[in-house]
Amino acid sequence: MALTREQIAKRVAMELQDGYYVNLGIGIPTLVANYVPEGIEVMLQSENGLLGMGPYPSESQVDADMINAGKETVTAAKGAAIFNSAESFAMIRGGHVDLTVLGAFEVDQNGNIASWMIPNKLVKGMGGAMDLVAGAKNIICTMTHANKHGESKLLTECSLPLTGVGCINKVITDLALIEIKDGAFHLLECAPGVTVSEIQERTAGNLIVSKKVKTMSFA
Amino acid sequence: MAGFDKVVASYDEAMAGLEDGMTVIAGGFGLCGIPEGLIAQIKCQGTRDLTVVSNNCGVDGFGLGVLLEDQQISKMVASYVGENALFEQQLLSGELEVELTPQGTLAEKMRAGGAGIPAFYTATGVGTPVAEGKETRNINGRDYLLEPSITGDFAIVKAWKADRYGNCIYRHTAMNFNPMAATAGQITVLEVEEIVELGELEPSQIHTPGIYIDRVIKGEFEKRIEKITTQAATL
Repeated sequence: MALTREQIAKRVAMELQDGYYVNLGIGIPTLVANYVPEGIEVMLQSENGLLGMGPYPSESQVDADMINAGKETVTAAKGAAIFNSAESFAMIRGGHVDLTVLGAFEVDQNGNIASWMIPNKLVKGMGGAMDLVAGAKNIICTMTHANKHGESKLLTECSLPLTGVGCINKVITDLALIEIKDGAFHLLECAPGVTVSEIQERTAGNLIVSKKVKTMSFA
Repeated sequence: MAGFDKVVASYDEAMAGLEDGMTVIAGGFGLCGIPEGLIAQIKCQGTRDLTVVSNNCGVDGFGLGVLLEDQQISKMVASYVGENALFEQQLLSGELEVELTPQGTLAEKMRAGGAGIPAFYTATGVGTPVAEGKETRNINGRDYLLEPSITGDFAIVKAWKADRYGNCIYRHTAMNFNPMAATAGQITVLEVEEIVELGELEPSQIHTPGIYIDRVIKGEFEKRIEKITTQAATL
């Protein structure tokens, strides 16, 4: 069975380590905050200028001046800091954020990512994604393994305009956990009930099946 | 008005000198921390052919989005414009030019512009459409793009409290791009919720010193929220 969005988020959360400063993108990455393992502390960075993002407010706490990068109303956690956009991106570009989790349209075997633009279709902009992928050392990309038409999103070479070059080293999809190195995808974990051949079928780029490939667990 | 007193009495005075074809840098992130009254004044003045530099372009009917209604903006420099149907329509029809700029690069362009730095190198955007036509330089084994900084004929900024010298503080995440925008205008106009007495703001807690500010006006703010998310809603 393919993983649900929540299960993908749960698997990503297992990559968190105590003391990590983490930036979570919009969509599945946002859900990761719900599954921080017990006994560890992480601090969420929101690129509009908040380090230490707390939960959504209660109705009486809603404040127009307190939002996250997804423009949702949020709270500041105890011990949070608020700063301007240049400072926020100094943290990101200077490599001070320990982990970035973001979604994508396509990833290729050289670690290139396309996540912001579909020519003639979608005119939205890259927001902070190009800064995040250029600045972070440790990036996890979450997405479905294939699109609605069953076409692989893990490619030999991205077909859409890029967000960043050679920057993605780990992808967690609804089918698998894959590492990218030396110009290839390396299959490390299969989702429960998903076979290696199914993953091979849905991976267009060069996929190397690790001898130690295992079934994903969530504990 | 004398000495360092920057307070003006009317929006006409606040935006006096804004002419067709000028560049306006605006603070704000989405609808958070936007100078609502100054935007309304630009709409009212009917100034056209503007280049507007701001992270976003408001939404349909609010924020900078209202300047699209009478086609006052000819070029927009922004990082994300996905919340605005009229924007997309004018872009596709060719009435509006857009220069999509990575968010961190945009903040740094304003900061550098205000600090007298004409351009800077950054790894952001290397190998992407953002790099087209820009100088790339390898420094210590990594490629970087040369990004020119930005200054504006006007900067319009929203703060929480200011004194009459223009020293100001921002509230929560309504700070965002405002401090950088404030430094990058030939004429910087500050719209605030409250004008306080000199000395009331603690000098070491000032976010933007008054030297960057040319005019201060007290505004009334609707503070519309783009996405109200609450704990109850997530259960």
